[in-house]
Amino acid sequence: MTVLSLNTKQKYGSLLAGNSFYDPYAYKSIATVSVGSGGSSSVEFTSIPSTYTHLQVRGFHKNSAGAGSEYVAVAQFNGDTAANYSYHYLRSNGTAASSGAGASQNYVLAGYQNSSATSQMGFGGFVLDILDYTNTNKYKTVRSIAGADVNGSGIIDFYSGTWRSTSAITSIKFYYVASNFVQYSRFALYGIRSA
Amino acid sequence: MAAGTTYERIATYTVSGSSTNEIQFASIPSYYTDLVIVANLGSTNGYPSARFNSDTGSNYSVTNLSGDGTGTTADRGTNRAVADISYETTTDTTGVKTNFICHIMDYSNTTTYKTMLSRVNTASQSTGMTVSLWRSTAAISNIKLYSSAGNGANLYILTAGSTFTLYGIASA
Repeated sequence: MTVLSLNTKQKYGSLLAGNSFYDPYAYKSIATVSVGSGGSSSVEFTSIPSTYTHLQVRGFHKNSAGAGSEYVAVAQFNGDTAANYSYHYLRSNGTAASSGAGASQNYVLAGYQNSSATSQMGFGGFVLDILDYTNTNKYKTVRSIAGADVNGSGIIDFYSGTWRSTSAITSIKFYYVASNFVQYSRFALYGIRSA
Repeated sequence: MAAGTTYERIATYTVSGSSTNEIQFASIPSYYTDLVIVANLGSTNGYPSARFNSDTGSNYSVTNLSGDGTGTTADRGTNRAVADISYETTTDTTGVKTNFICHIMDYSNTTTYKTMLSRVNTASQSTGMTVSLWRSTAAISNIKLYSSAGNGANLYILTAGSTFTLYGIASA
């Protein structure tokens, strides 16, 4: 009898071989990075398993440049630093709506952040979805809802992005172009399975 | 939390009758990383909004973007008495047509203020998104949800059949 492992999607010829545990969950935590007291210039997830259908990264972050500094956390895949990325965004700054795009960029956009003089305030949140990340027949598409509000200023954004590569994504790096993540910034990577 | 569960339903509330104007999730456990609220609602009037830990002070703020098919609107609210899920009137008096998904990030940390990202739609009116801030370092253990007049004044009746579900997401 052929048995399909619910964990690895591999087929085995016996119920005893390779099916050491039952794992029915469709949304799984893969890894979490919490930035420590010294801050960090980047956060990276490596050796991402290929056993999921989609990935989601949930970020909570702030830059180290001080009050009023605005940065967008950006993402690169598989260490590709070349201009193989593009993005679009839709934005509100609380007084006007705007949109924009970037072609042949070095990253996709992940999460806006607006610092504050108050240490507790200014952390931005984002939920980034990376679709069909192991597919080797098409370029990779991402989307993100992101924002930060500091009681008087702030941004809410919606991003889409493409990485022009057919490689399966095995690593993701987050960083600000010209700042660092402060302590208490946190990035959590999840895998989503399909039936 | 069940062993191995990452994305778990904590509680669901379905409105019945014709007198409910407030939904409350109380005694929220602290062992998740983020909270997600998924709702499908109608109301006699108002804006979807939330309060955390029953804080009625002016400790909330919001930045909003919405579109209604004829244009876009960008708004800001400071020193608000509620955490606005939408800054536009999005509930509909003729059915259960509004839905929203709220992401409450790092809700149990006691170091930072709390950020909530929301996507809201009313099929007959508009679509939009907001980011809201609650200026408190307290862990969120209680969430009240309303359809209210601006800044939390007047709570309107929620339509029977409206549903509100709270999920917890745990990280490694």
